[in-house]
Order: sequence, then C-alpha cells, then structure tokens
Amino acid sequence: MTAMVRAESVHKSYGLVEVLKGIDLEVKQGEVFCLIGPSGSGKSTFLRCINHLEKINAGRLYVDGELVGYRQKADKLYELKDSEVARQRRDIGMVFQRFNLFPHMTAAENVMEAPVQVKGTSRAQARERARELLEKVGLADKAGSYPAQLSGGQQQRVAIARALAMDPKLMLFDEPTSALDPELVGDVLDVMRDLAESGMTMVVVTHEMGFAREVGDSLVFMDGGVVVESGDPREVLTNPQHERTQAFLSKVL
Amino acid sequence: MTDKIDKEPADTPPRASLAPETIKAIPVRHYGRYVSAVIVLALVALLVNAFATAEKIQWSAVGDKLFDSTVLAGAGRTLLISVLAMIVGVVLGVLLAVMRLSKNPVTSWVAWAYIWFFRGTPVYVQLLLWFNLALIFPMLNLGPIYKDEMTDVMTPFMCALLGLGLNEAAYMAEICRAGLMAVDEGQTEAAHALGMSHGKTLRRIVIPQAMRVIVPPTGNEFINMLKTSSLVYAVTYNELLRATSTIGSTSYAVMEMLFVASIWYLVMTSVFSVFQYYLERRFARGSSRNLPPTPFQKIRANLLSLRSPQGGAA
Repeated sequence: MTAMVRAESVHKSYGLVEVLKGIDLEVKQGEVFCLIGPSGSGKSTFLRCINHLEKINAGRLYVDGELVGYRQKADKLYELKDSEVARQRRDIGMVFQRFNLFPHMTAAENVMEAPVQVKGTSRAQARERARELLEKVGLADKAGSYPAQLSGGQQQRVAIARALAMDPKLMLFDEPTSALDPELVGDVLDVMRDLAESGMTMVVVTHEMGFAREVGDSLVFMDGGVVVESGDPREVLTNPQHERTQAFLSKVL
Repeated sequence: MTDKIDKEPADTPPRASLAPETIKAIPVRHYGRYVSAVIVLALVALLVNAFATAEKIQWSAVGDKLFDSTVLAGAGRTLLISVLAMIVGVVLGVLLAVMRLSKNPVTSWVAWAYIWFFRGTPVYVQLLLWFNLALIFPMLNLGPIYKDEMTDVMTPFMCALLGLGLNEAAYMAEICRAGLMAVDEGQTEAAHALGMSHGKTLRRIVIPQAMRVIVPPTGNEFINMLKTSSLVYAVTYNELLRATSTIGSTSYAVMEMLFVASIWYLVMTSVFSVFQYYLERRFARGSSRNLPPTPFQKIRANLLSLRSPQGGAA
C-alpha cells in the first residue's frame, strides 16, 4: 500500500500563534482516515494544508508522492505557480463545514462548473455526469434547485457530488455534518459511507464518533497542534491510552 | 368547519363551534394629525400661491421654451455626457478595485492614491484643472503616436468627460471593492479547492455574486451623475444648464429658464429612478424571499381595498 498523504513534521503558525507543532502521519491509499479533537486543536488547519489552502511553515507534506505547493530541486525549495497549485488541487476533492455551494448556480450547475471550466469537459457530458452524481447522493430530483431552496443536508450532498465531479483520488471532509440539524446528519453520513465502500481515500475531520468507529480505518486524536494518539478507531475510541484522549472522549461520547 | 370536528380524535380539546363576533369599536381620533395636516397644507398653498401669482414670472415663457430645440439639444448632451462619463467611471472603477485588492503593493498603493486624490478634491476643481491644462502643457506629445496642441485636444467635451469620468471612477472603485469583499471567502476557497484559477474564480464565482451588491449603488451613482453633470457648465460644455442659461441671459428670463432646466432634470432623474427601483428589485432576488410590490401592484392593491373591505389583504 502506498501512502496517499504523508506528513513529515508539519508546522503551521498564524503570526506568533503556532497552530500545528509538528504533525507526522500517513494516510494509506483507499483508507478512511478520521481526525478528531477539541476545537482549536489544529485538525481543520491540517486538513486545509493538504490541498494548500494554507501554506505550511516547516516540514514536508506529500499527496500521492508529490510535494504539496512546492517543488524540490537539489536542496532548494521552489514555490509552485498558482496554475500548478490549481493542477494539484484538481485531484483533491474538498467538502466544507458550511457547504460553500455557489448560490447563483443550480445544484446541477454547481456540479458541472469545475469539469467544464477546469477540465474542459463538454457541457453535455458534464450535465450527464452531474445527473449521475446527484442521483448517487440521492438528489436526482433537485438538479434544477438553487442552494437556497435546499436543506443543509441536501446542500452538503450536492457539495459532495460537486467534489466528486472532478474524479479526485483523495477527498477531504472538514466537519461535514457540524452545521447540520441532527436529523439531517444521517443522510450525509450515508453518502460518505457509500463513498468509503467504493474505495475512495478519505480524510475526515469529524465529531461523529459513531461514523469514525464504523467506517474509519485509522483515527488520530489531535490536541494543541500535535498528534496525541493514533491507531485503529475501535481501539482508540473504546480503550484510549492517553489521559488527554480519555478526558476528551468522556465528554463527547 | 363543523363536519371536520367530528373526524378529530376524542381527546382533542373541544373547539368553539362559532367564530366570535368581529370587533366593531370606535377608532381613537387622532386630532393632532388633522391639525398638522391643515397647517402643512396651508403652508404649501401659500408657497404655490406666491409662485403662481408672482407678476415677474412669465409662466408662458416656461411653456414656450420647454421644448425649444436648444433646450432639447442641451438635455441630450447632459444625457450623453452622463452616460459616457459613467462608462469611463465603471470601466476604470473595476480596474482600480481589482488593483486595490491585489497582493502587489505597488498597484494597490497606486489605486489607493488615485482614489484618495479624486475623492478628496471637488469635481468642480478637477474640471477646472482639465480645462486649464494647456496653461502648463501647451502641447500633448505622446511621442510617435500622437502630437497636437493641448487646446485642440481638451475640447469642452473632453474636459467634461475626463473630469466627470475620472472622478466617478474613484467612487465606482470603492463600490466595486465593497461588492467584491462582500462575497464570502468560502466561495473563493471552494472554487480554488476545485482547481479553478484565480481569474476563473473571480470571473465565474466572485463577480456574479458581487454584482448584487454593486449594481444598485451604481444606479444611484448614475442618477447623481445626471445632476453633477451640470457642473460642466464651468468648462463651457453646452449641456442642459448652459443651454437654458444662455437663453435666460439673452431673453431676460433667468428664473424661467432655470425652471425649464429643473423640469428636465426632474424628468430625467425620475425616469431613471423608476429603472433603479426595478433594478434593485431584480437584484434582490435570492436574498429576500418576499419581493416588495412594484408601484403598479401597490396601486392595484389600494384600488381593491377601496372596493371591498377585505380586498386589502389580497
């Protein structure tokens, strides 16, 4: 198994505040990798570093063996041009906590946008693919609806379809269910579960311990910008070794 | 109503079988309102009377000159210079807004300085600066491309266009900047995460959403421009105010011609205010669920409410 994501001592600070204090981890191809931890622990920041929405200050971050955001020649590091960063991001799908659907486009147009604009897919082909993907997330009948006309759960499922339209090799989920009403969480998790079963590599920042336990292949507990504990989700969640993990889990479970 | 009650389960509380009698109370009399209405009407009547009976105003002259060809040509030029200056303002304003928001400190600073100068000095002064440019640069020399006497280049029309347009650009830049900044950052992030370039993100995602914020104040700017254009009087461009004033000073009907000018300004601003209303209504779609009624819908609702007491609710 090759590593889809490899982080080596990743550091990130905002001004004087150090958010990530050396993260080392490896996400294998085809696995569902869950990141849990209290808010402010740096898990979302780390996720955003993976597709270079945030620049890391030190360390190395690789996706599918390729350095993210930089090119290394000899011992010198060169920043990638915007177009090269964009090319790297094409293969990495991302789903946001607040959906971030494009409000001026219908659900189908949201899904079609990137294939047409970035990959140059024909509109007819993109529309057909959008129809398939919306059907896959259970929203075939909402293709013509605008985001404002959809519930949070429906919006998030459109957002997942939008990310899948680029045929990514890796999907990042940034607390995908945190902004949803409790009764809508299930639909989104179902879609994610199907996706995991299809073999997609997924990195999921979540507070859904049930999802992590059932679907996750690996789990990392982060706190204060470091990885505190990692391992098999069922192991870590039922039998946490570290005091900090125990304290956190006792509050959320 | 009554047959429905039978179908309901037995444990629901019993409902009143009859609707209570509609309240018919004597409304409170607001005497203060009558008094103030009478006072205001009396003052308005005095004012109207003063103008209507003033012996020195030749009202016939107002009617005669309202559709005078010189006046109409002036109104046409006012419209022309306003539209053209607005186009210059919008194009340059968008450019300045993008420059101002760019990460390049030089372009950002230049845009800031431009806006600072053109918003910080009166349009009138700017117009006079363009008008008198020949005093310091007698020749316009663009090397091999163009060379001419400055007085030939800076016609009254050019002075007016540059003065109004460049000034407007500074205001439009701020409007566009506000519009671009009003778009949620998550939109840019989502577009970038999908692999879209900066340019595509701006064109396809950010600008269409910023338009909702930009378009309504731009309409307002245009209505203001119609009025501000009267200042180009100073650079001898023969627009509405200058056209009417010229007639006024030769025919000794100064006030009458100012009335004529006022009427035309009111006509133009009113027409565009109606456009503006519909424009705002159109761009409010998606942000508010219930659109305000159009004036025609309001009139219809009012007429219906006169006809039957319950019609107002419809």
